[in-house]
Parts: sequence; structure tokens; C-alpha cells
Amino acid sequence: MKTTQILIAGFGGQGILFSGKFLAYKGLMEDCQVSWLPSYGPEMRGGTANCNVILSDTPVGSPIITTPDVLIAMNTPSLQKYVDTVVPGGQIYVDSSLIDIKVERNDVDVFYIPATQMAKNEGIATLANMVIVGHLLENHPELSFEGTEEVVEKLVPAKKAALKELNMKALNMGMTYNK
Amino acid sequence: MATVFEKPKSLTDAPFHYCPGCPHGIIHRLVAEVMDELGIEGKAIGVAPVGCAVMAYDYFACDMIEAPHGRAPAVATGIKRCRPENVVFTYQGDGDLASIGMAETVHSAARNENITVIFVNNAIYGMTGGQMAPTSLPGQVTQTSPYGRDVKHCGWPIKVSEMLATLEGPEYIARVAVNNVKNVKNAKKAIKKAFENQIAGKGFSLVEVVSACPTNWGMTPEAALKWVESDMLPYYPIGVYKDRSAKEDE
Amino acid sequence: MAERILMKGNEAIAEAAIRAGCRHYFGYPITPQTEIAAYMAKKMPKIGGVFLQAESEIASINMVYGASAAGMRVMTSSSSPGISLKTEGLSYIAGSDVPALVVNVQRGGPGLGGIQPSQSDYFQATKGGGHGDYRMIVLAPASVQEMASLTIKGFDLADKYCMTSMILADGTIGQMMEPIVFEDEEPKTYEKPWALTGTECKRPHNIINSLYLKPEELEKKNFDRYEKYKLIEENEPMWEEYMMEDADICVVAFGIASRVAKNAVVTARSEGIKVGLIRPITLWPFPVAPISAAADKVKAFISVELNMGQMVEDIKLASQCKKPVMLCNRTGGMIPSPDQVLESIRKVEKGDN
Repeated sequence: MKTTQILIAGFGGQGILFSGKFLAYKGLMEDCQVSWLPSYGPEMRGGTANCNVILSDTPVGSPIITTPDVLIAMNTPSLQKYVDTVVPGGQIYVDSSLIDIKVERNDVDVFYIPATQMAKNEGIATLANMVIVGHLLENHPELSFEGTEEVVEKLVPAKKAALKELNMKALNMGMTYNK
Repeated sequence: MATVFEKPKSLTDAPFHYCPGCPHGIIHRLVAEVMDELGIEGKAIGVAPVGCAVMAYDYFACDMIEAPHGRAPAVATGIKRCRPENVVFTYQGDGDLASIGMAETVHSAARNENITVIFVNNAIYGMTGGQMAPTSLPGQVTQTSPYGRDVKHCGWPIKVSEMLATLEGPEYIARVAVNNVKNVKNAKKAIKKAFENQIAGKGFSLVEVVSACPTNWGMTPEAALKWVESDMLPYYPIGVYKDRSAKEDE
Repeated sequence: MAERILMKGNEAIAEAAIRAGCRHYFGYPITPQTEIAAYMAKKMPKIGGVFLQAESEIASINMVYGASAAGMRVMTSSSSPGISLKTEGLSYIAGSDVPALVVNVQRGGPGLGGIQPSQSDYFQATKGGGHGDYRMIVLAPASVQEMASLTIKGFDLADKYCMTSMILADGTIGQMMEPIVFEDEEPKTYEKPWALTGTECKRPHNIINSLYLKPEELEKKNFDRYEKYKLIEENEPMWEEYMMEDADICVVAFGIASRVAKNAVVTARSEGIKVGLIRPITLWPFPVAPISAAADKVKAFISVELNMGQMVEDIKLASQCKKPVMLCNRTGGMIPSPDQVLESIRKVEKGDN
């Protein structure tokens, strides 16, 4: 049985829930069992936001993640809060243009990506989340980059068609980062 | 032999349970006569309140439902939104409509819900034995205002027609009385208009009927009708408070 | 096969209701179920249905009462504090024997409580809530797929027995997205000769009413209604059993708690502990049969709940107190972790109850 538990955390407005949705749809497309659980309530408007995504080849039990295999941290408080919950051998993705602390664990793989800066340079600052997700796809061959466009197509409303290309651009930047 | 007077078809044969001298019987009859004249008995659906008229479902011959206290306009909304082709009316007293059900009253009026509301205002809670109503007059003695309604302590009566007429929503708001023959005839005209408005799809029409409660007012029926004239009507003047179509026709 | 799509639990309820033939929705906003109203507001006008935002929960349940009396499949949804307001209407709907579907996406209480997931309306849902002798069919979905399937089932049961079906969900199941498949099925329809349609002057008038001033009549109404409830208790309990065949510890949990518990059961099994799970799907009628059968073979029950243990007494009754019932719970919007449940299982295994 293979199950990947992904916790994405940051500020409201950073597209935390959106990137979770992207991963959930990608999983759906790969015929995975999937669950997507957002934090909800007033904190969604500007406070902290997080999102639990589980991809599995067997039915998902609890959709609530207490020990993530993958943590995406989009701000310092989120990294501090969840760094120790990641399972040994897990992965941590850090937006290093917003977070200046380092992960002091040796039993996990840490990827520092200056995602917000990279996105800003291209004039797409709000898509830093997708830069990180692009890098995650690169590290998770089981999700593959194939069909990504179709998923973006599904998630971006028709009225905002221009955003599709920009999302693809952000994903590509993340995928080729450090190559 | 020629029939000169008979019971409206829209009333059943069930004998009214109302007290001697209670005008509910008159008002039921007016509503039933109007239904007969408009030929709507077969498509009318009535909503009974909680209060003296709670058993109105036994008296009107059309389909009937009994609503929780004050909620008749919400129940009527549910029915009308499902069956716009039917004619839906509520029959409510002052405690039901103007106290516990005020929110339902105001909001169904604001939505211009296409229903007809018959509002019987007799300034007292009848069924529970004569307590102060939202429409009891200043100084009026009731079981729960034994020294007379003290407005400093428990506030002022609510003039429902005047208040609802301030809303954009409703089509027609009128106050009538049933204390003499002339007023009864005019009351019927207003009730008929309130039903005709619904049939024409014009929207929320409410007729406030100033009535009497001889039993709980502690008066003879005759004295009660006089008290309507001398005390109730000066506070609750008869009149049409809103008539959107008439205004548009001007 | 129909397409697998991702959907939020709340949206799945709304879509399933529409597929079940519901064309009338009356509601009032409250977190965490507002997606249901939003979905209905968007869809209903396009399919000739009615979405109406009422002035209060009280008004909305009474609109449901009226619409149901008029013979329609109709629903409302809310969350805990809003359901408290609706209980007046629920009692009238029970007393008038008309069908309704009511959704409670629970949040923490009492009072205004919180907005995080909870199961603390178990008593309110299964023991009455409103006044008088009455029952509601209570369905507890544990997945987005079940949010849909139990909504359809709920409408059918409500129409079949002329009473309220309540979907007792929680904020987690309401807010989460999972893959879901909608099969193309025609909604079932039921004869409603009692409905208010207008007499057309062709039949005696129909009366929908809960008032019986003669106690003999009211008593008979209640006796008759309880005959109906007895039939439901015999025919409608639903539950899922997981690894119960050889279990000597039985975890009982519904809704989101059952999913957490399942994780713990899997881990405990890998440690060699013989533990299984019974998941009630109907909370009323409570699945007495499997609990009663388990009572003869397990050494203890563990009730996992997001409340202070409201289901414990139903497990005790169903098991006739033959075995101890432990409680593993969080409340106020907190959710037990699989580890907490695992710890309870280990404790029972070691015998230090």
C-alpha cells in the first residue's frame, strides 16, 4: 500500500487551497484514492490557512493528517508549527524567499525554493505556490508531469483563461528549478 | 321555496367553537363568501394559526394546514412556492402575527410573497384567556396587565398596517373593522381585493380586521362593539395603507 | 461507468438532492454548511426549482413544512445552533406526518460553540430535540460518496414513512473533497394522497395538522406512529462491519470518527491486536443487532466520538451492558488522532480498563 500525505500551509491568499486542489485532481487523474481537506473559518481570510491532501492506492481512512509525508511551508509560522510532524524520510518544501530559517533535521529531505521571488520576477507573484508544486511533481514520478495542463484547465475558471498559461509557466519553473 | 340565505360552500358543516358574540364567525364567513364568489374553493389552501382560530382547518372547506405559532406566512410561502397556481391564504390573530410571528410577517411582506393574509386584531390573547397582546391599547386591562398597559414598562402597541405600508415589498395593506354593517360590507370588499390581487399575481396582500373579544374584554357583545368604535378605531384607523396598483393607475 | 469527480461533501449533498428530485430548498446561512445553499442558489433557478433564503432557521423549516405538505420533495440544511432553532418545526413535521430532509453539518456546542467539526448533536438528533413523542431517521455519512447516497436514501425513507430524515454530518465531511460517482438513476416517487393540492371540489378537504385536543385521539396518533417506528427499527438499520470476524475488541464509531478509528484498527491489527470496527450508518434506528452479536464475543467496546460520549448509552443498551464500554473522545471541535484511538485499543488489550 502506498499512501502520500501532503500538508500545505501558509497565509490565506497564497493559494494554499488551490495548490491542494491541483494535487487532488492530479491524483484523481492518476486513478489514486484522494481526499482534500481545507482548514475553514475566519482564518481563511488572511490568517493562516492549511490544506490536507492524501493520495493513496487504497481507500483513504482519516482525511486528517497528523504526520505528513510531505510538508509545503509557505511562511515561517507554518514551518515552525509542522516541521517536527513530518515522518522520518519525508520531504519538506520551503519557500526560501519568505522563510529565512533552516530545517534542523537530518532525517528528512528539504528543498529550499525561492518560489515567491522566482514568481515575482516573472510578474506572477501570486503563483509561488504552483512553483513549489511544480518542483514536487518533479520529485514524485508517480504523479508525473503528464496531463498537468488538463488539471489546470479544470481548475481555472473559463473567465480567467489567461491564468492557465501562467499556472503552467509557474509549474514549469518549479519543475526545472536546480536542474 | 326560494333560498334567501345559505351557508357559503367554502365553509364546512362543522359548528364554530367561538364564544357568543365573537366576530371570528363573521370574518370566517366573509372569507368563505369571497372564495365562493371568486370560485376558488377548489384551489385554495388555507393556513391556520395558533390562537382562537387554530381550528379554522375544520371550518374552511378547502385544503388546510395548521402552522406553528406565528409561522403561518412561512408555511404559506413554502406552499405557494411549490404551487403557484393555487390560492394560498393565512388567517392569523394579533399574538400570532404581530408578536411571535413578526419576523415571518415582515419578511413575507418584504418579499411580496404572493399570498393573502387575514389578520384579526382584537387587542388581546383570546385562546390562552386574555393576556396582553402586541396590539393591546395603552391602559388596557388584561390578565397580564392587571393595572392597565403601562407603556413605560412594556412598550407601545404595534400598528401593523402602518408599519408594513412603509415597506417597498407588499402590494396591498388595508385596515377594516367588523363592528357594524357598513364596516362589515367594506371589510368584505377589502378581503375580496386581497384575494383578487393574488389571483392576478400582484403579491402580498394583508387585511387587518379590527375585531372584538367580548369574553376576555369582560363586556357584553354589544358593549364590545361600542368599545371598538370608541377606543380601538381611533388608535387603529380604518383605511387603505398601501395599494401599489391603485397608485400606478393614477 | 459514470465519471469519478472530485466534490466537497456539502456540494455532494446538494447535487444528490437535485438528482433525487428535490426542487425546493429553504435555508439560512451558517458555517460550515453554507456550500449547500450556495450550490442550490446557483442550480435551482436553472432547472425550474426554487431556492429561497429565509429570514431565519425557524422560517426556513416552516417553509419546508408548507412545501412538504404541498406534496413536494423539499429540504433544508443548517449546522448545530441553527438546528436547535429548527426543532420546533421538526416536532410539527413529526406530529403532522409529512416527509422532510434536514441536513445538520455539525459544529461544536453548546451555545454558539465553535465552527469546527463535532458530533455533539447526537442526542438532539436521535432522542428527539423538539417536544413530544417522536423520532427522526438519522443517517451518518462517513465519506463524500455517502453524503450523496444517504441524501438520496434519506429522501426515499422520508417519503416512504412520512417523517423527517436527518443527515447528521460534521464540518470535516462537509468541507472535504473526495472522488464521487453519480449513477444515473431515476428518482423514486411516492403517492401522496394526503397532500395539499386544492380539492378541485372533487374530494373532501385534506388537513395537515398536529393538534388533537382529545387526549384519546392524540394517544392513538402516537401509538400508531410508534407502530411505524417499530417497523423502521426492524427494517432500516444500516451499518458497516470492518474486521469484526475474529475481533475481541469492538470499536464503535460513526461519521468522521469512524475514519480515524479505522486507521487505528489497521495499525492495531499490524501489532497483532484483534480489533474490529462497527460503524453505525443509521444512528436511529440504532444498529442493535451487530452490537448485540458482538457483545457475546468481544471483551469490550470502545466508543470513538467527537462529543462527551453521547453514543455510549446506546451501545450499552444494544449490548445489554454485557461488556464494558470505554470512551475515546475529543470535543468542542477537536478530533481524536488515530494514535489516541490506538492508545485506547492497546489499553483494553492489556486489560487496564
